[in-house]
Amino acid sequence: MADYPAKLQEFLDDFAFISSREERVDFLITLADEFQPVPQSVASKPYDEANRVIGCESEAFVWAIDRSDGSVDFFFDVLNPQGLSAMAMSAILDQSCSGAPLEQVAAIDGEVVFTFFGRDISMGKGRGLTEIINAVVYQARRRLPQS
Amino acid sequence: MSDISSRGYANADKLVSTEWVAARLSDDNVRIIESNEDPLLYPSGHIPGAVEVDWVKDLNDPLRRDYLGKSGFEALAGRIGITPETTVIFYGDKSNWWATYALWVFELFNHSNAKIMDGGRLKWVEEGRELTREAPSISPSSYSAPERDDSQIRAFRDAVLQHTQEAGQLVDVRSPAEFSGEKLHMEGYPQEGAVRGGHIPGASNVPWSRAANEDGTFKNAADLRAIYLDEIGLNPAEPTIAYCRIGERSSHTWFVLTNLLGFGDVRNYDGSWTEWGNSVGLPIEK
Repeated sequence: MADYPAKLQEFLDDFAFISSREERVDFLITLADEFQPVPQSVASKPYDEANRVIGCESEAFVWAIDRSDGSVDFFFDVLNPQGLSAMAMSAILDQSCSGAPLEQVAAIDGEVVFTFFGRDISMGKGRGLTEIINAVVYQARRRLPQS
Repeated sequence: MSDISSRGYANADKLVSTEWVAARLSDDNVRIIESNEDPLLYPSGHIPGAVEVDWVKDLNDPLRRDYLGKSGFEALAGRIGITPETTVIFYGDKSNWWATYALWVFELFNHSNAKIMDGGRLKWVEEGRELTREAPSISPSSYSAPERDDSQIRAFRDAVLQHTQEAGQLVDVRSPAEFSGEKLHMEGYPQEGAVRGGHIPGASNVPWSRAANEDGTFKNAADLRAIYLDEIGLNPAEPTIAYCRIGERSSHTWFVLTNLLGFGDVRNYDGSWTEWGNSVGLPIEK
């Protein structure tokens, strides 16, 4: 099994040390503040529905742009201005998956959502965030050679 | 949107404006409560002095599928520093979807001095009003609550079944795709689905969000009557039951029918489609 992208593993290790809800929330809000929506050079509104994350209530979109080295730059937007959790999840993926080896991105398990957001997140919210991860993983897998 | 008092609501007193709230941030007789789906919103910034009530952790029993009981409500009320005389103002994300849910639970304990801030969190933010990350300084209170009263505004499965057999008024507030059975769950909530698709026999479909404007405020009474009375033919004098998948979206419609249109007997079936659509032997329609 492939390792996860190094930066993602770093995030996971950091979150694994968190012991209080307040600390977790503060970390996630900081990440949401770092969220950068997709630049206009990549996509402009109204976005192509093919980039929509099906199942995310916060109206998240994901784009994957190939790099010359074979890796991918991922871009995100979250149309719901109150979708802070989706923004935090997108920021994590943006910072950790863009440029990472595709095998490692393809290996990410959606269950990592619970390491970031905790087990007490609502089912609906957890599922929507997982679908953002799945959209990124899908883009990596479709670029890998069929085994 | 026009002033709340000019919109023709049956009980306009159940809604307050953002201006009303802004003028009462230091009023000890008013407690502002934020209730959201997204757990990051409140800590990222909230109305000064507002406390948070989390719909998962604070309102539900941790083990049974049920709401908190008398002692749990007393503990919650004590933590947020209210007494039975306190005016509580709910607001939140998603056009106050979760705020009306919290208000409905508070009314199960007869805390009827509860109102909704029209437009919710989004309107407050878009008006550029103050938000703070500072935790409010709350003096815990002592609150003596009655036993939870499920008889007036809450419906259970057997009562819903009897209601359908008597051709009673039912409003399914889910999306048309859920109502028709095309989808077994709400978009984004697949784990909260059911093994069968469709709706409770006799129900009319009005998605909850039709009661709200783009900015999250409630539509005026004339527009609401056009939907619920003219379009689907509800009679305000007849008993009505609203449902969705777990009772949260339908609490929004319960609020609209009860307080804005003045229906006399509206109950929220919180078992909703996750119970009905998974139950053995219950009839459905597609």
